[in-house]
Amino acid sequence: MEAISHAGTVMGVLAKDGVVLAAEKKVTGKLLDLSIAKEGGYGGSGEKIFLLNNNVVAGVAGLTADANSLINYARQAAQRHLFSFNEDIPVEQLAQRLCDLKQGYTQYGGLRPFGVSLLYAGYDPHYQFQLYHSDPSGNYSGWKATCIGANNGTAQSLLKQEYKDGLSTEEAIALTIKIMSKTMDSTTLSSEKLEFSTLTLDPTTKQPLAKIYKPAEIDALLAKHGIEKKEDDVAMAS
Amino acid sequence: MECSFALVGKGYVLVAADTTAARSIVKMKSDEDKTKVLSPHLVMTYSGEPGDTVQFAEYIERNIRLQHMRNNHELRPQSSAAWIRRTLADSLRSRHPYSVNLLLGGYDEATSTPHLYWIDYLGTIASVPYAAHGYGSYFALSTLDRYHNPAASLEEGLRTLRRCIDEVANRMAIGVGKFKVRVVDKDGAREVELPPSVSVA
Repeated sequence: MEAISHAGTVMGVLAKDGVVLAAEKKVTGKLLDLSIAKEGGYGGSGEKIFLLNNNVVAGVAGLTADANSLINYARQAAQRHLFSFNEDIPVEQLAQRLCDLKQGYTQYGGLRPFGVSLLYAGYDPHYQFQLYHSDPSGNYSGWKATCIGANNGTAQSLLKQEYKDGLSTEEAIALTIKIMSKTMDSTTLSSEKLEFSTLTLDPTTKQPLAKIYKPAEIDALLAKHGIEKKEDDVAMAS
Repeated sequence: MECSFALVGKGYVLVAADTTAARSIVKMKSDEDKTKVLSPHLVMTYSGEPGDTVQFAEYIERNIRLQHMRNNHELRPQSSAAWIRRTLADSLRSRHPYSVNLLLGGYDEATSTPHLYWIDYLGTIASVPYAAHGYGSYFALSTLDRYHNPAASLEEGLRTLRRCIDEVANRMAIGVGKFKVRVVDKDGAREVELPPSVSVA
């Protein structure tokens, strides 16, 4: 729990035609080799956002090593479901799977629980777009918009003020960026500090489409929403 | 001789199975229900090795029920079919395989569409507009070819089903007896009565 409140902020916002997930990267620096993350990668963009299945993206806050192990478990659980039922795993079932595992570690002695909170952004035909949060104890709950990690209280109250039902994905993206820029410790937002992803439906196939933004795309998105390094510098100078 | 039929119409699936329990040449029973309602929008007919059939059908029934209880929603017909097929395929490769043939009819509430799957004991699966198992399939498939209409109302569908059963009764050397008919649509699964036979000139 302690580790999570220090971890980079992860925010999720549910829209009527999609889900948005954004995360603050903590491990940065000039010497960090991001050449792999540059391309966005297949499963994730680097530190905090990962593709669990075709229809689910997750953002993690907490101990990275524990998170990696959970993500591996989630991906296997999703593939097992696909093998048995020939369908993408429903989002809640995947969250449940992970929570069963997490709960187990709180019950048996001698082992340390997973120090990880997750946000799951997903789609399934039963309940359409969904956003879930799970904590180390194995509790999970569904949300319209929520936030985990450092400053989650501030972000949460901002979300409470600004969230409106029936947002479009575009509006949800704008809201996410706005609140992330307000709550993050760093003054300047850039792809070095931010991870971003959306889950929508492919307009032609109507199948879930997970998009984890590449660094260049994040910078373009930030520029589009008027949050940019240069602008901040200009503002400060004037 | 065991036989079962099923067909998809406009917003519904009809399944029918004969009700004879026979051993060798002796008819033991004439009101055996060889259908099962697996969940509110899913029905199945089963045939094959006596004993295996009931055992397997109950196993399937209870697992589908379990899925429903655990997840607060029904398993969709596609997923149920995939899981049942997998179970049969695993069984086939075990020491004591089940020898059971199934017709699975369901209504998918997420997309509001009816689905029908033909599944045999080898773990073959086919999503089809109409289907039959047993000796009846040799007679009835041509009838279904001719008369099946995916946009037909329930009354028309029942008439087509009646034609199939009459065809089998007319042509098969051994009588097939009565049929149990169930329909699944948006309102769920229920038993329906067949319309009376129309005499063919």
